[in-house]
Amino acid sequence: MKIRIKFSKQGNMKFIGHLDTMRFFQKAIRRTGVDIRYSEGFSPHQIMSFAAPLGVGLTGSGEYVDIEVLSSGPSAEMVRRLNAAMAEGMEIISFKRLPDSAANAMSLVAACDYTVRLRPEYEDRLGAASEFFAGLDAFLESGDLHIMKKTKKGEKELDLRPLIFEHRPDEETGCFLKLSAGSAANIKPELVLETYCLAAGREYSPFAFQINRQEVYALQTDGDTKGRRFIPLEAFGEDIE
Amino acid sequence: MRKPALPDEILLRIQQPARYIGGEINMCVKDPKSVDIRFAMCFPDVYDIGMSHLGIQILYEMFNRREDVYCERVYSPWTDLDAIMKKERIPLFALESQDPVREFDFLGITLQYEMCYTNILQILELSGIPFHAADRTWEDPIVIGGGPCAYNPEPIADFFDLFYIGEGETVYFDLLDAYKESRRLGESRTIFLKRAARISGIYVPSLYDVSYHADGTLKSFTPNCPEAPAKVQKQLVMDMAGSFYPEKPLVPFIKVTQDRIVLEIMRGCIRGCRFCQAGMVYRPVREKNVDELKHLAYQMLKNTGHEEISLSSLSSSDYRSLEELVSFLIETFHGKGVNVSLPSLRIDAFSLDVMSKVQDVKKSSLTFAPEAGSQRLRNVINKGLSEDDILNGATEAFKGGWNRVKLYFMLGLPTETIEDMEGIALLSEKIAAAYYDLPKESRNGRVQVVASTSFFIPKPFTPFQWAKMCTKDEFLERARVVNQKMKEMRNHKSLKYNWHEADVSVLEGVLARGDRRVAAVIEEAYRNGALYDAWSESFRNEVWMEAFRTCGVSPEFYTTRERSLDELLPWDFIDTGVTKEFLKREWQNALEEKVTKNCREQCAGCGIRRFGGGVCYEDPN
Repeated sequence: MKIRIKFSKQGNMKFIGHLDTMRFFQKAIRRTGVDIRYSEGFSPHQIMSFAAPLGVGLTGSGEYVDIEVLSSGPSAEMVRRLNAAMAEGMEIISFKRLPDSAANAMSLVAACDYTVRLRPEYEDRLGAASEFFAGLDAFLESGDLHIMKKTKKGEKELDLRPLIFEHRPDEETGCFLKLSAGSAANIKPELVLETYCLAAGREYSPFAFQINRQEVYALQTDGDTKGRRFIPLEAFGEDIE
Repeated sequence: MRKPALPDEILLRIQQPARYIGGEINMCVKDPKSVDIRFAMCFPDVYDIGMSHLGIQILYEMFNRREDVYCERVYSPWTDLDAIMKKERIPLFALESQDPVREFDFLGITLQYEMCYTNILQILELSGIPFHAADRTWEDPIVIGGGPCAYNPEPIADFFDLFYIGEGETVYFDLLDAYKESRRLGESRTIFLKRAARISGIYVPSLYDVSYHADGTLKSFTPNCPEAPAKVQKQLVMDMAGSFYPEKPLVPFIKVTQDRIVLEIMRGCIRGCRFCQAGMVYRPVREKNVDELKHLAYQMLKNTGHEEISLSSLSSSDYRSLEELVSFLIETFHGKGVNVSLPSLRIDAFSLDVMSKVQDVKKSSLTFAPEAGSQRLRNVINKGLSEDDILNGATEAFKGGWNRVKLYFMLGLPTETIEDMEGIALLSEKIAAAYYDLPKESRNGRVQVVASTSFFIPKPFTPFQWAKMCTKDEFLERARVVNQKMKEMRNHKSLKYNWHEADVSVLEGVLARGDRRVAAVIEEAYRNGALYDAWSESFRNEVWMEAFRTCGVSPEFYTTRERSLDELLPWDFIDTGVTKEFLKREWQNALEEKVTKNCREQCAGCGIRRFGGGVCYEDPN
């Protein structure tokens, strides 16, 4: 049985890298006694795959991991049991059954939502948050978004504009970005911020921003709808009653 | 949400920030204001090493079961953070509360190897605690040391208020109670230390006066107050059945050295190898109850989610219920995503059978520790492993599909000759030849025999405590002899030889058998940049050699000098239960190449029987 788990990774958990997050989940699953399926072979491992690695320093409120289980209790109970095995800052949001034919989360990823907050102690250097993000928004609307991206063979010109699906100032955090993600074209929010700082003559610092990944989406491919339609990965599953 | 002591900007620019944030599964959370005693338990090395240490896990859970105590953890910040904390004057903090260490009542430092001594000074400096116990006030925690190196605490005696000699489970609570009482009564720090000195097993260095002969040897070592005993008694858990063991060990976020459950099955060792300090100071052998271990294994796996369980002891093959325990572990857990790992097993039919069940034969190797290359020298060191044992074990293993062998030896053992050194190559060759003697169809490609040598360092409380240690050049010359002989072997293409660094061995030799005068050298070396000396990438021998010169201390006095049997040794004030007469007898037996039987074959009268338990009182049937 395929299961998709949605979780959040907040607070100090942002310092836990992707591989360690995987290890954390493997151990949490064993503590919880989830009836996970193991691979065959001499050293069996849990059937588990994450949708998209989250960089160290970023928080996430809509992260995904797919697992396969041999049996399962109701979703509500599984969420409760897993939450009892979480460390402070990790929280299970949902536990949903996927159709057997469902593609794994990693292969589906097409876009991610981010919110970006400017740390108050950096406002001296980068300007007041409201002004900074207004500037960013205007830049993303009409600035030159061609960048040189380093590749294995050297450098390649890349236009970020078609890869930034949405952008707007956000009252609560600072700004909201919906960016292309996944194997086709993966754009990190840091790259967008750095490009803006460079163009605006502001000193970019990777520590100036607290970035939260809010949601991970798949692209709706069926039908002949013209516009893009993104579906949260969670929507592919259903609660187990 | 717990807030880290370090700002994000620092945590995100150092390696492995998860070393410093705490919050691991099974971490103890208490309100520091609700307890009487805050105890910072420190392993003076990087988190990855310190979190792998069983002793701290035991004491951590044991202390925290007391409502009036909050025990937290501290590790050495890695060199990247060390530089930042010193530059920005950030005080060292404990992982649980992220509060500064200096605010604690106790700073307990475990002493697992001599090469961590400069890291002790790093911990003190970053915490803002004076290096010298004599300079501390009630504004500072009581700094207490424990663990194997506390069996010769003298080189670091100046830096500690107290040492705990022996196993931590026995009198720590008495010490904590004495502290509470002392603080309640508003006593001075000195009065508290005198109170502590009356507890069996507690050594207070400041309560002893030391004098030296003109030749530099120790003249006297005497208590300077009635509270301090002339002899400090080693502490041992004699009732293993009722002893405390953690059921909920901490589970680190990052992959640490021991990323697994460690199940301690036994303390002590019956073998009596004459170079081995652990084999002497942890006497007598005390086994744990197999049913209790089964229960613990189950609980610990459930509480941690670890995917591997490993047995711990000095010599697991001597645990009498090993077959029962291992069969249980394999049947219960193997195939359910839990690996069973078996270190330090004698290679025989049973262990080969077990190993073939839990390991991939193609990927694993056999390990033997003959320690010396010839039977003569193995008799000197009392290592009861014969060439036949090794060749038969290896041949059986080769038939079972193994084709890789690791051999561990020491160079520089007392009485060692060229023949003993060359014996290392000859034994390696015989093992390779045993493989090629098998019919071709039962072989699995080529054999690989890897021999490694470390340099012998005499340790206190062993029969070799009087022995002369080799110089660096002697060590390297011996390694050269072995290496040369290896190349002459017929199967030399199947043999590989590695040897240890010699500089660090010489320094370890000084720290192992040093006295109080060595403290100045450690301090000088630390001030000139020595840190993480146990790590070859950060060990700087020239800093140490300069420190010896500056302090006018000769390393050779502690290493290459053979002590006379009537010399007062710096650690003689500790009573480990094993008598000095026994050690002298064993030193003589060594020189006469006489083997002493193991504790189960025949009592050698080491003196430990008076502890009233363990192997000394086992039913021989």
